[in-house]
Amino acid sequence: MTYLTKPKFQHPDLPKNALGYTHRDYEGKISTLCAGCGHDSITAAVVEACYELSIEPHRVAKISGIGCSSKTPDYFLGNSHGFNSVHGRMPSVLTGANLANRDLIYLGVSGDGDSASIGLGQFAHCIRRGVNMLYMVENNGVYGLTKGQFSATADRGSKSKRGAVNSDNAIDLAALALQLGASFVARSFSGDKTQLVPLIKAALEHKGAAFIDCISPCVAFNNHAGSTRSFDYVREHNEAVNHLDFITGREEIKVDYEPGSVELVKQHDGSTLALRKLAKDYNVNNRLAAMSYLLERNAAGEVVTGLLYVDPESDDMHAGMNTVAQPLNSLSDKDLCPGSSALDKINAALR
Amino acid sequence: MKNTDVFAPNYFHKVVDCQWACPAHTPVPEYIRLIAAGRYSDAYMVNWKSNVFPGILGRTCDRPCEPACRRVRVEEEPVAICRLKRVAADYKDDIRDRLPPPATTKNGKRVALIGGGPASLTVARGLAPLGYTCVVFDQDPKAGGMMRTQIPKFRLPDSVIDEETNYVLNLGIEFRGGQRIDSLKVLLAEDWDAIFVGTGAPRGRDLDLPGRQEAAKNIHIGIDWLSSVSFGHITKIGKRVIVLGGGNTAMDCCRSSRRIGGEEVKVIVRSGFEEMKASPWEKEDAMHEGIPILNFMVPKEFTHENGKLTGVVFEKVKAEYDDKGRRNLVPSGEPDEHVPCDDVLVAVGQENSFPWIERDAGIAFDKWGMPKVDPNTMASSNPRVFFGGDSAFGPKNIIWAVAHGHEAAVSIDKMLNGEDINDRPIPAVDLMSQKMGIHEWSYDNEIALDLRYKVPHREKAIALKDIKAEVELGFDPALALAEAGRCLNCDVQTVFSSSLCIECDACVDICPMDCITFTENGDEADLRQRLKAPANNLTQDLYVMNELKTGRVMVKDEDVCLHCGLCAERCPTGAWDMKKFLIEMTYAGPACRSKA
Repeated sequence: MTYLTKPKFQHPDLPKNALGYTHRDYEGKISTLCAGCGHDSITAAVVEACYELSIEPHRVAKISGIGCSSKTPDYFLGNSHGFNSVHGRMPSVLTGANLANRDLIYLGVSGDGDSASIGLGQFAHCIRRGVNMLYMVENNGVYGLTKGQFSATADRGSKSKRGAVNSDNAIDLAALALQLGASFVARSFSGDKTQLVPLIKAALEHKGAAFIDCISPCVAFNNHAGSTRSFDYVREHNEAVNHLDFITGREEIKVDYEPGSVELVKQHDGSTLALRKLAKDYNVNNRLAAMSYLLERNAAGEVVTGLLYVDPESDDMHAGMNTVAQPLNSLSDKDLCPGSSALDKINAALR
Repeated sequence: MKNTDVFAPNYFHKVVDCQWACPAHTPVPEYIRLIAAGRYSDAYMVNWKSNVFPGILGRTCDRPCEPACRRVRVEEEPVAICRLKRVAADYKDDIRDRLPPPATTKNGKRVALIGGGPASLTVARGLAPLGYTCVVFDQDPKAGGMMRTQIPKFRLPDSVIDEETNYVLNLGIEFRGGQRIDSLKVLLAEDWDAIFVGTGAPRGRDLDLPGRQEAAKNIHIGIDWLSSVSFGHITKIGKRVIVLGGGNTAMDCCRSSRRIGGEEVKVIVRSGFEEMKASPWEKEDAMHEGIPILNFMVPKEFTHENGKLTGVVFEKVKAEYDDKGRRNLVPSGEPDEHVPCDDVLVAVGQENSFPWIERDAGIAFDKWGMPKVDPNTMASSNPRVFFGGDSAFGPKNIIWAVAHGHEAAVSIDKMLNGEDINDRPIPAVDLMSQKMGIHEWSYDNEIALDLRYKVPHREKAIALKDIKAEVELGFDPALALAEAGRCLNCDVQTVFSSSLCIECDACVDICPMDCITFTENGDEADLRQRLKAPANNLTQDLYVMNELKTGRVMVKDEDVCLHCGLCAERCPTGAWDMKKFLIEMTYAGPACRSKA
């Protein structure tokens, strides 16, 4: 961490977004994580994505659990709503908040310990319910706050900083999210913001459960030879299936690409994702193919990154529950308690 | 782009904008840190080494450093560098035992210095401790040149001039006051090994308008008048005074007039107010003393009655710009204006004058009557004669005279040691880490928005009554500490090593000014547009380093870097370090001579 405060000065020529904000306006407090932590890069990517989307900060709710990763919401979007919940319980709190006010943009931030160990059940049910959110795991494969023990996502056979070899099998959260029915699944790397920022933007705009497994090297405990979450290892074994170039509104796309090199994915809200294909024949709309590709490449020792799966027809929990369009927290007593004549009608219908 | 060579003497020197802009390259951040630490004597000595007259310059310098200050680019007002220099001079202890001792043995070489101003005194200061016999000639009884004769005492008290000229003269220099040199040829015939000409630009320009001769009694040349006031030959002036001209001399004239009888003093300039040559702060000070500045008025005629001046007629003009952006003053069509007055001070510029240099003395002159002087060595076409200060290239200022003096001293020392004066050693550069511990740095890097502090002034009513009462009172130690805290320590440089970098982006993310980018390499014009924030200030360099694992380059735009050190603070591997840049300028002495 640093004891210096970040100066309020900013570059005089800094570009502004549609709201007149610079990216500095999306920052939070200064990070207290270790210098060089991958999580800080993810923080910067969230700042950049929200800036580029011209999101009004007060429309965002950032919710987290416990761990290094779960501290990060303090470091971005200083003017947004936030809730730092109990270890592993971010998904429940987020689900509840989303039920009460469906109008906010939900950003769940978690780590590999928070989501793959203590909160694995919470993770599973939140995803399978299709809560409209971005669920992001800042995945470093170790428990950084307790000095670097293997976490549940650490690869079998990888080595700890002190040389111990991990004998447990790893949980692949992206594969799990695919199996559980997430309608947007991506994996990325904190050391590659050109890939990560567009994915965060697309995930924030996605309607339904969007999941990003972001590999984030722990510089203090998991950035050595023998680690499979180090900067060097991930850079060497990174197999990106595609590159998300941009997201557009409803206007027509005019870009010169070699035929067949770009996949355009229409989304539910009418926007389009332009994906530059990097792996030939990879189909981003095929959940089964994505799962087997992930397993296959994983067995070959590669780290598959990019947008792995997106369901263009996705929907969310509120659609399934047929809730009213108006956020529940803004319904009046009259709406919630329509009176005895309405109760009589219901009772009559059940006789 | 290729890797930046941070050991090239100019690369980091340019990043220290103030030091780079200073003709004498005074290490500004270094002495400001010393002032903040209360080490006024140390701060004074850092200055004394570079610019010889810290107390004088701390009151009167033209401050080329201040417009260059980085605070201007990231905030608004520069650090009050000049007035901090004065703090070092005001609060220092007795520093006489820190000055070099007079040479115990003479080297037998004799140098004559014509004119006792800043240029000659700088040369003498450089040479006398080395054993040269230095003799300074001046027409006036005391040393200081224009610093003493043309700068009013309410800006620069005699005591400060006496103190600092004596520090130089006490190095074993002979000062022959009141001895005017009337012939260079005579001097050349004497046994001088080298002659330095530092005679300034002593002739004030006149305005040859109708009525000039008839009303001559009440029309005065600005710089001559100032020097008469300075020596007490003139003690009063009429109630209504017009000062013609818009330079710093005009400001000194009008403010002096206010103190010796001028009640309605006006400055009237041809150009627009903005284009006036006077420093903005000098204009401010004049206006603060109730002196209006009227612009776009061209003097046409002096009116007079019975041999007494009655006023000046002005033509009203306006500025027009041609296709090339050149300004022309054209009549505005308004009727001429007659401004009544009792006295006129003409301060429309000054020029060089060398009536004492015979044209066959072996000194080549150009068509404008200026000696041909090499800007690097200050040598004239006569190998034994050197020029410096205003006499070399026309009117500039004290700090340029000092810079010329340093170069001339090097030339004379090299020449009299039988060396080629054109073969000048480049300055030595050193970089020293400022890291003291995990989160400890040896300099104050808590950078905050902080507006410039004002220098306290003497109450106007009192100041206007006494021409010798210094107007500016200077910062007190508390204000000096606050103002010193505004310095961004631009000499503490961000130094990057590719071999240590793991490309974690921590520096990119933390940099408050978006100075750092990791990207694909390209040429400079291309890179400048691909950075996190566009690098549009072409006067500021890009710091580029290759050899990163991903094949990208690290590019840092030096333009608005705050030198806060957050990049180094957040770097997990020490690839960034904050290193103090030290440059050792070359002065006369063994260091300027070839190592052989």
